[in-house]
Amino acid sequence: MEKQIKAMREKIEQAAAAIQDSKEMYQLRKQYLDNKTGQISALMKNMRDLTPEERPAFGKIVNELKTWALDFFTSQDARLKAAELEKKNAAEQIDVTMPAAPHSAGALHPNTLIANELIDIFAGMGFTVFEGPEIENDYYNFTALNTPKDHPARDMQDTFYVSPELLLRTQTSAGQIRVMENTKPPIKILSPGKVFRSDDDATHSPMFSQMEGLVVDKGITLCDLQGMLDVFAQNVFGKNVKTRLRPSYFPFTEPSVEVDVSCFSCGGCGCRLCKDTGWIEVLGAGMVNRKVLENCGIDPDEYTGFAFGMGIERIAMLKYGIPNIKMLFESDTRVLSQFSE
Amino acid sequence: MIVPLSWLKEYVEIDVTPQELETKLFDCGFEVETLTELGADISGVVVGQVESLEPIPDTHLSVCQVDCGEHGKFQICCGADNVRVGGKYPVALVGAQVYATARDHVTVEGLMKIKKGKLKGFESSGMLCSGIEIGLNEDLYPGADYCGLLVLPEDAPVGADIKPVVGLDDWMFDISITANRPDCMSILGIAREVAAALGKPLKMPATDYAADGSTLAGFQVTVEAPDLCPRYSAHYVRDIQIAQSPAWMRRRLALVGIRSISNIVDITNYVLKEIGQPMHAFDLRNLAGKQIIVRRAAEGEKIVTLDEKEFALNPANLVICDGEKPVALAGIMGGLNSEIKDDTTDVIFESAKFMRDNVRKTSRALGQHSDSSQRFEKGVDEYATQLGMKRALHLIEELHCGTVTATGIVRAEQQDPTATRPLTVSIAKINALLGITIPDDEILRILKNLSFEPQIDGDSLTVQVPPYREDIENAPDIAEELIRMYGYDHIQPTFLAAAAVTNGGRNAAQSSLMKLKRVLCAQGLYETIHYSFYSQKDLDLLKLPADAPQRKAIRLLNPISEDLSIMRTMLAPSMVNAVIRNVRRGNDSGRLFEIAKTYHSEEEHPAQEPEEREALCITLFDGGKVNFFDGKAITEAIADAFRLQFTYRKPEDAAKYPFLHPGMSAELLLGGEVVGWLGMLAHDLTDAEVPEHAVFLAELDLTALRPHLLTELHFAPLPKYPVVQRDIALLVSEEVLCADLEAAMKRSCKSLRDVTLFDVYKGKQIAAGKQSLAFSLRFRSDDHAFTDNEIDQFVAKILKNLAKEFEAEQR
Repeated sequence: MEKQIKAMREKIEQAAAAIQDSKEMYQLRKQYLDNKTGQISALMKNMRDLTPEERPAFGKIVNELKTWALDFFTSQDARLKAAELEKKNAAEQIDVTMPAAPHSAGALHPNTLIANELIDIFAGMGFTVFEGPEIENDYYNFTALNTPKDHPARDMQDTFYVSPELLLRTQTSAGQIRVMENTKPPIKILSPGKVFRSDDDATHSPMFSQMEGLVVDKGITLCDLQGMLDVFAQNVFGKNVKTRLRPSYFPFTEPSVEVDVSCFSCGGCGCRLCKDTGWIEVLGAGMVNRKVLENCGIDPDEYTGFAFGMGIERIAMLKYGIPNIKMLFESDTRVLSQFSE
Repeated sequence: MIVPLSWLKEYVEIDVTPQELETKLFDCGFEVETLTELGADISGVVVGQVESLEPIPDTHLSVCQVDCGEHGKFQICCGADNVRVGGKYPVALVGAQVYATARDHVTVEGLMKIKKGKLKGFESSGMLCSGIEIGLNEDLYPGADYCGLLVLPEDAPVGADIKPVVGLDDWMFDISITANRPDCMSILGIAREVAAALGKPLKMPATDYAADGSTLAGFQVTVEAPDLCPRYSAHYVRDIQIAQSPAWMRRRLALVGIRSISNIVDITNYVLKEIGQPMHAFDLRNLAGKQIIVRRAAEGEKIVTLDEKEFALNPANLVICDGEKPVALAGIMGGLNSEIKDDTTDVIFESAKFMRDNVRKTSRALGQHSDSSQRFEKGVDEYATQLGMKRALHLIEELHCGTVTATGIVRAEQQDPTATRPLTVSIAKINALLGITIPDDEILRILKNLSFEPQIDGDSLTVQVPPYREDIENAPDIAEELIRMYGYDHIQPTFLAAAAVTNGGRNAAQSSLMKLKRVLCAQGLYETIHYSFYSQKDLDLLKLPADAPQRKAIRLLNPISEDLSIMRTMLAPSMVNAVIRNVRRGNDSGRLFEIAKTYHSEEEHPAQEPEEREALCITLFDGGKVNFFDGKAITEAIADAFRLQFTYRKPEDAAKYPFLHPGMSAELLLGGEVVGWLGMLAHDLTDAEVPEHAVFLAELDLTALRPHLLTELHFAPLPKYPVVQRDIALLVSEEVLCADLEAAMKRSCKSLRDVTLFDVYKGKQIAAGKQSLAFSLRFRSDDHAFTDNEIDQFVAKILKNLAKEFEAEQR
């Protein structure tokens, strides 16, 4: 009997050694271990022919064989599966240095990136966003902003007219008036948008974008303007940047100032960007002119305010190092693709 | 404006360096654009004295032994005809830098460095210089134009630096003056600011003169247009002797770029630069009827100006006339007929205030500009008008070039142009505006320096506004005067200490627009910005016919060029140009969008605000690899992001889109309304402009879409019962539209939740004119799980309806 068992073991081992496929191995396993048709199960059935004395020993031998077979087939299966996996992986090997199918990340225009950054900064300080019309009447663009028809300041900007009454707004300040006419203080608005001036050369574009800010409330001071501009400059240009006010002139503010930031490229020691001055001019600002408040029906003895305005392209060019304003309007994909966030 | 330091020093003591003065001016509102030393290009030139000279035979050269004091003695070869033993001349030492001149010894051709050299075998260590070689001319230094050596005065110290000897140590301030300070458009005006900034007294130029008792009988001045000429003064000067001006005056005029003509003309120019008042001089013998009449020109009236140009005038132009004819274009230029000539003996001096706007308009309309018109355009005050005349008359006497008479006529509304205006303001209000407290003694000091004669009584500050400060009207103006002189560095940043808290940020519409931009970026698109104006040529590019509604555009009255002359009615032309530009630059692929306004009006030049609509334009290009559905995927991405249902149809009138491929174009609808179009660019357009390219283009009317872009998010409960999917393939005519089949299927079965086309086949295996479309159908019920039998019934019903409606067969 034991001989017979041993022979079966050897036969299984021999048959298994010739098999290289896990499915064939499964068939072999079934041949021996299937509950109904398996040869080992058949051995168990032979037990009926034995005497009760012989049965325990026989049962033990057959059970040992069965346990052995189970383990054997499990290990054989693992061996083949591992080999098959290895083969499959080898066949599927790729060159990971080959390029991926291109998918552009898309990008907002640099102007939008700057405008968003500014809106985020000022929204946190309580500013809402106001957008006025681009074709404006003379009153909102000039007269209400203390720039009547024969005013010298009209020469400061070359205006596009569409008719004697209407023009392409030269400044987003035009929106200030629309807001102040219809809103009671406190007013805190930010007014981004396109503006137009009849100027077209290496450094000027006939269309560009401005961001205008306006605060009107009780007790607003020039110190508040400086404080707010510090927050702006440090957020946009870096923590260590300082601002400097210097006297200037705009008809709609009094006092008026130009605002410089300390050069974020050289830290103020002088470089090409700041033309060796250590300072970069970034915006114009001032305390809202009394006459402008009066024009809008706001009592200048009760309320004061400040306004500031900057060129978005100028900030974008400074911040991103774009050398030429025209690049922002040419839609060259090699330029635009550099602004994916 | 150019201000020479030496001239400025005439009116105010300056005890700071030019660089310190630049900072002072900058701090109080006068940006110095450039600060240059007059002799900046010259270095290493000293006073030398020729001790001996030995002619070199057969040449025009001499070998000179030159004493240069502390620098030593040098042998220098020299070819000038005016070199003399004992003479003092500028010597450029070895290593010096001077101007190089051409063979004519006059034309400057850049700079040169002096090296040791040999001439005809004689060593030469340095160069004896002409005036031109060290940057001088006859007006700057008499004798400088001589084509030989510049002869220096006998008392010039040997060995001394040449610059102070000939005035090359002067400094030129090029100052930019803001539009509110026309009173600073003169040397005296800047001197007033410098005096205030340095706390020094202002020395006024002399204006006294001793007119003799003589008069001009019958002389009359009439101002018929006081609205354009609020002050006109005329003064008679006789016994004029036209001659050259003195060296000091010629030098000053030369420093500010004015060539000396003659004493009388020079005096008018000098007063313009010094006081800021344009002056004019008429030759009395040419003034018919001894009359001056200031009036508007008659229609078609003509004048020939000093530069011999003839102009036809109209009533918008102001002219100065004698008894018969115009003799000057007011404020711009005198007439040729009354010009000062060498034999002029009797002169009428004019000092007037002409209104800035009128001078500017006439000057621009005629294209005729002068120093005088440029000055008037900034605004002249009546104080300067009086001061200028007095100064000119003083200079007549100082230069001994004529006799000032008692005939001086002034026509003006305002009697005393030197009168100051009192203004009282609250100190508390000024400090409240600035946010700091300027001490009272500082207020008094600053305003006293500015000649405002301040007085403080408690909170009340009273000043006397000088007559030339027409810009000062109220408390903020005084606040600005104070802070610019006190220093902006006193401003301490605060953070809206007193302001109310407000709620900031974008509103819903602004936020949704930003979301739309981000959705497009996520589709790989780059945002672009194009000019808001283009030309009819750009609409030609899109083959739009002459009567296309897009042609009805608002036109600029004053465009920069025809290319930028009309306001955009659609964005697509700019986008097509962007594609063309990219392809030409070798950028073969791109996905772009623009969101911008378009402008719509019935009139070319509307008087009422036109309609501004917002549009979205999209383009895709990638050689020939882009198709219609790549583009439709983007409009569908928008629909998905904002939970919209767009429908698409072939354009009802394809002629509206001549730029699109007739078989690959669609109108996009929302709620039954056309809100945009999309399609592939027409073959003839791409073949002409970007060969080998397929270009997708779409434009959506965002103004129409906007109300639908405000999405609120809501959670819908998940379905309780599973989805069952069945695929069917249909054989239908090529004419049948996918959208119609889908709609019919949904109508046939309300449990059909979703239909998706997943395969299209046309070809040999099916009949010609037919197409096979394969759809996935997804069924789901809200109240039970479907059995196979139920689904079979649904599909059978759907197929039956499709067969009836479209002659569709199952494949």
